[in-house]
Amino acid sequence: MDLLSRKATCNSHGQDSSYFLGWEEYEKNPHDVVKNPHGIIQMGLAENQLCFDLLESWLIQNPDAASFKRDGQSVFRELALFQDYHGLSSFKKALADFMSENRQTRVSFDSNNLVLTAGATSANETLMFCLANPGDAFLLPTPYYPGFDRDLKWRTGVEIVPIQCTSSNGFHITKLALEEAYEQAKKLNLNVKGVLITNPSNPLGTTTTQTELNILFEFISKNKNIHLVSDEIYSGTAFSSSEFISVMEILKTNQLENTDVFKRVHIVYSLSKDLGLPGFRVGAIYSNDKDVISAATKMSSFGLVSSQTQYLLSSLLSDKKFTKNYLRENQRRLKNRQRMLVTGLEAIGIGCLKSNAGLFCWVDMRHLLSSKTFEAEMDLWKKIVYEVKLNISPGSSCHCEEPGWFRVCFANMSEETLKLALKRLKKFVDNGTLSRSCQVGESQSLKSSRKKTTTTVSNWVFRLSFHDRDAEER
Amino acid sequence: MKQLSTKVTSNAHGQDSSYFLGWEEYEKNPYDEIKNPNGIIQMGLAENQLCFDLIETWLAKNPDAAGLKKEGQSIFKELALFQDYHGLPEFKKALAEFMEEIRGNRVTFDPSKIVLTAGSTSANETLMFCLAEPGDAFLLPTPYYPGFDRDLKWRTGAEIVPIHCSSSNGFQITESALQQAYQQAQKLDLKVKGVLVTNPSNPLGTMLTRRELNLLVDFITSKNIHLISDEIYSGTVFGFEQFVSVMDVLKDKKLENSEVSRRVHVVYSLSKDLGLPGFRVGAIYSNDEMVVSAATKMSSFGLVSSQTQYLLSALLSDKKFTGTYLNENQKRLKIRQKQLVSGLEAAGVTCLKSNAGLFCWVDMRHLLDTNTFEAELELWKKIVYEVKLNISPGSSCHCTEPGWFRVCFANMSEETLDLAMKRLKEYVESTDSRRLISKSSHERIKSLRKRTVSNWVFRVSWTDRVPDER
Repeated sequence: MDLLSRKATCNSHGQDSSYFLGWEEYEKNPHDVVKNPHGIIQMGLAENQLCFDLLESWLIQNPDAASFKRDGQSVFRELALFQDYHGLSSFKKALADFMSENRQTRVSFDSNNLVLTAGATSANETLMFCLANPGDAFLLPTPYYPGFDRDLKWRTGVEIVPIQCTSSNGFHITKLALEEAYEQAKKLNLNVKGVLITNPSNPLGTTTTQTELNILFEFISKNKNIHLVSDEIYSGTAFSSSEFISVMEILKTNQLENTDVFKRVHIVYSLSKDLGLPGFRVGAIYSNDKDVISAATKMSSFGLVSSQTQYLLSSLLSDKKFTKNYLRENQRRLKNRQRMLVTGLEAIGIGCLKSNAGLFCWVDMRHLLSSKTFEAEMDLWKKIVYEVKLNISPGSSCHCEEPGWFRVCFANMSEETLKLALKRLKKFVDNGTLSRSCQVGESQSLKSSRKKTTTTVSNWVFRLSFHDRDAEER
Repeated sequence: MKQLSTKVTSNAHGQDSSYFLGWEEYEKNPYDEIKNPNGIIQMGLAENQLCFDLIETWLAKNPDAAGLKKEGQSIFKELALFQDYHGLPEFKKALAEFMEEIRGNRVTFDPSKIVLTAGSTSANETLMFCLAEPGDAFLLPTPYYPGFDRDLKWRTGAEIVPIHCSSSNGFQITESALQQAYQQAQKLDLKVKGVLVTNPSNPLGTMLTRRELNLLVDFITSKNIHLISDEIYSGTVFGFEQFVSVMDVLKDKKLENSEVSRRVHVVYSLSKDLGLPGFRVGAIYSNDEMVVSAATKMSSFGLVSSQTQYLLSALLSDKKFTGTYLNENQKRLKIRQKQLVSGLEAAGVTCLKSNAGLFCWVDMRHLLDTNTFEAELELWKKIVYEVKLNISPGSSCHCTEPGWFRVCFANMSEETLDLAMKRLKEYVESTDSRRLISKSSHERIKSLRKRTVSNWVFRVSWTDRVPDER
């Protein structure tokens, strides 16, 4: 008899295992300005480290929030005992207002429709448990965050069917691609329960356009049992608030409040990216469906937010002066940092998808591939990790259809480190052009040695698929 | 086609719904010494409120821990970014040592075998996901914590088959009860993957005896199944005897590095011993590498806030504090339990002799009109509405004998406990005299009550309120 469950033994989250190679190498040899200047620079981590100074100043000015005090009085006991899965109402209210602010108050959020969860990881899984049965499917536009394979599918038994997006139109979702995905699900005998998008997109760094949103809403209006989940975890990283259109806005502008569509649109949020607080595990589900709210609330028992953290953040987010300034400053700094990366890459002859949000760029290195294949992408990626000493994320790990695209993060390091990374890349590209011209004559012998490399990759993939390290950061 | 999943629409956690009636009533009319002295006293909440002063004193002396500083320097940034599901190493080390201290340092816990989870609610569910397939069963001794019905079964699809324990032997687990449960599972065509016990027991307030633990280890050895020991109340032992953990038994039987030891898993939490349910700190301890590996990845769905990990690593690393705390906690719990036991005795009510926990398992069988669960529910409603005490009826804990109630003592002041006992005494005395008068109209009332109870149960089964506190 099997002692452990299949979930425990199948390791169904080890798919893009080669992805973890970069992580391993980074861990062995991490860059440090002082201690290890030649180490690998981490550019595969979508963290927002640009505004900690603002948070730290606020903490210094407001010491009560972290010390369990309110107006100088201790609230330690109340917080220690507070495990109500409805959440601290002052926190939910502050969070709802913050979400509204993020959307320039074009829409408002009712804190009663919010469910707090331990991070968006928990929120997304919980939504799957609420909306789908094992064997049902959700359609996701590619490329998408690799963690979804685990978060949406692993314990829920739900399947993901990709909506293929390509560079031909900037990776936008098309009606055709959506319908093809739906048909594909049917062919695989899967019941489609919804579409899940990340808006702004990870890994693209772009906001979902009005056209795309129209296509999605048309789709779920037509198919009455399909939900739309919009993971808006990066909403505060849109460089310009006016360019980010939330699904909540569509519901409002299209006056869908009294239609059945209203209850089939759900938002996921988190403070991990906008506020740079992934360690605090603060996520949320927002839904207009009372049954979903009720069930998700009960399920949140399995991943509640620490009351200590709820209290700290309810203070922080209730300070409207702070939030207003923070959102604006955050946007400004992200925009500047992105420009630094983009111009730096341009100077090397590398283009990116034009982006307006996120903590990363979707970089086009197709011209650096030795062949238009994923093996070549893996080769290039390994070179970038081992020789250029940059850990970036290969598009294949995001289920991208076309080889040669990479996600490169810019908000998790200092300006100097970013400049250094670009310098290294420039050196590699300049040298690479040279060595590639030498290689043309030797293509045959190279081809066979590359084949060996493919085998080695497979072994690595195999070996790594049992590796215990999983990069849970987005 | 259904719009929401069957998990949502089946309401599989609404079983002992009448249980929630007491909660609703309490919420409408909660006791407050000053503002509402005639309100309902909450005795259904297994919280430990007796030692907050010790923690608050420590916090005042060690402001860096909550202030996100280490030696005066801010570590806010590091903590804000720390989301490694392997957990803060200092915290796991301190937690492992704390667990050892609770067991008199007789056994050791390796921090690398600890998986941190958002509360033991998350730990228990995660273990089910790791050890059982949908449709597999775990055997649980009755009575057990009502939350297990949701935590172990809801999203996992696992089943619970009860090991029936009775008052005839102090609700101890017997070999025949174990075997009967196993056979019952087989009759129901369920594959048994393991046994789950809570030690010390909720709701009994007793420690499992060495005999029971040996029995369990032998049983899982022979059946090649798992044993989960939820030791969330391990720090609440106040009796003369020491707490015997399943880890002690493995050591004594020299099974520490055996194959069996890989099938024994411990669940822990700081919600009861430290009284910190709001902070969501739970843990799985397992000797099976694969379980640790899978559970670690699953903990992504319920990580402990780094802010909280840091605070508690500082607190638990202070051995002077932990030694004093554990000692004082035991003392105060013992005194409070004695206050409850003698208060009940004065009302002519006895309990199961207990040596741990935050509650007593109270015998009110003699107050039932009939030896039925309907009578138990009637008595319970009277206690909620007339005596104004919210206590937990044994049926909500799947007890097979009517008339037992779990009554908590550590979540209120001494004065409030006194008042509660006074109210109960008054009720019992008045009931005794009333019972003599109404015996003749008993039959008529019996049929009336039965119908009303059923309606209430039906209505309440759709209520949105679930007490997630144990």
